[in-house]
Amino acid sequence: MALSKEQIARRIARELQDGYYVNLGIGIPTLVANFIPEGISVMLQSENGLLGMGPFPFEGEEDADLINAGKQTVTTLPGSAIFDSATSFGMIRAGKVDLTVLGAMEVADNGDIANWKIPGKLIKGMGGAMDLVAAAKNIIVAMQHTDKYGNSKLLPECSLPLTGIACVKKVVTDLGYFEVTPDGFHCVERAPGVSVDEIKSKTAGRLVIADDCPEMSF
Amino acid sequence: MAINKQVANATEALRDLTDGMTVMLGGFGLCGIPEMCINELVRKGTKELTCISNNAGVDDFGLGLLLHQKQIRKMIASYVGENAEFERQLLSGELEVDLIPQGTLATRCLIAGYGIPFVPLLAGVGTEVAEGKQTVERNGKTYLLEDAFEADFAIVKAWKGDTAGNLIYKDTARNFNPMMAMAGTITVAEVEELVEPGELDPNRIHTPGIYVHRIFQGENYEKRIEQRTVRSRN
Repeated sequence: MALSKEQIARRIARELQDGYYVNLGIGIPTLVANFIPEGISVMLQSENGLLGMGPFPFEGEEDADLINAGKQTVTTLPGSAIFDSATSFGMIRAGKVDLTVLGAMEVADNGDIANWKIPGKLIKGMGGAMDLVAAAKNIIVAMQHTDKYGNSKLLPECSLPLTGIACVKKVVTDLGYFEVTPDGFHCVERAPGVSVDEIKSKTAGRLVIADDCPEMSF
Repeated sequence: MAINKQVANATEALRDLTDGMTVMLGGFGLCGIPEMCINELVRKGTKELTCISNNAGVDDFGLGLLLHQKQIRKMIASYVGENAEFERQLLSGELEVDLIPQGTLATRCLIAGYGIPFVPLLAGVGTEVAEGKQTVERNGKTYLLEDAFEADFAIVKAWKGDTAGNLIYKDTARNFNPMMAMAGTITVAEVEELVEPGELDPNRIHTPGIYVHRIFQGENYEKRIEQRTVRSRN
């Protein structure tokens, strides 16, 4: 069985370490916040100027002045800090954020990522994604392995306009957990019940996968 | 005695904002946008504007109101989703758009206020953002040289201000407002509460009054919420 979005988020949450500052993108990455392992303290950074992002407010307590980068109403927590956008990207650029999780349309086997534009179709803009991928030490992409037509999103080369070059370190898809290495995508774990052959057939980029590649467990 | 920057309202604050000018507007999404001044620009009908703002509002609020009346010639922003009219004008070629990374946008405002003409940044290297830009190499890395923004007007929204122009922002409504406040040839600040000098603690000021040329107190802020997300008490 391929992983659900929640399972992708749960697998990524295992990468969190105590004391991490983490920026979570919109979509599956946001779900990672629901699976932070017990006994671990992490602080979520929202690039519109909030460190220590709390849960959604109780109904009736939402405040138009307190939102996250997805424009959702949120709350602060004890220890939170609020700052301007230049400071926010200052801490990102200076490498203070330990982990960035974001979605992607395409990832290349050298770590290039495309996630902001489909020429002639989607023109919403890159927001903070280019700043994040240019600076972050540790970037994990959370996405589906194939697009809605069944085409691989793990490619030898991105076909869409790039967001950043050679920056993605890990990719977690519904089919498995991959590290980006000089030899291409190294499949470290496969989704429970997904065969090595299925992963091979659905990965267009260079792939390194052992015949006895272990299954992920939940 | 403190210098008095107070004006009566948005009409007086924007009296010499004319067609073809470049205008910076604070806010992230609809959070912390200068509602009074945007409404005044709609009323005035000022045209051919170049707007620098992180987003372009939604169809019927924020900068979306200016787009609807075709008052914007060029938009410089990082993210413009949530706005169908924007997309229509962009695809039809009526609107010129420069999409730039959010941190680059913030920093190009910041350096304007710091008197720094350009800055080397990594964001966008190897992407179409880098096309036509001068680069510089340091320690094996390539950086894009990004220029400070120049704006005829910077329009910001703050929570509290005094008549000397000092500003304090609230929560994440701060966002781009402090940097833009520093970057305008003329900076206009609209605030929810305007007080006399001495009433704000100097230690708590986010934007020093020297950067602000005109200030007024707005009224009846709508403060629309773009994504109302809540959790249940149970």
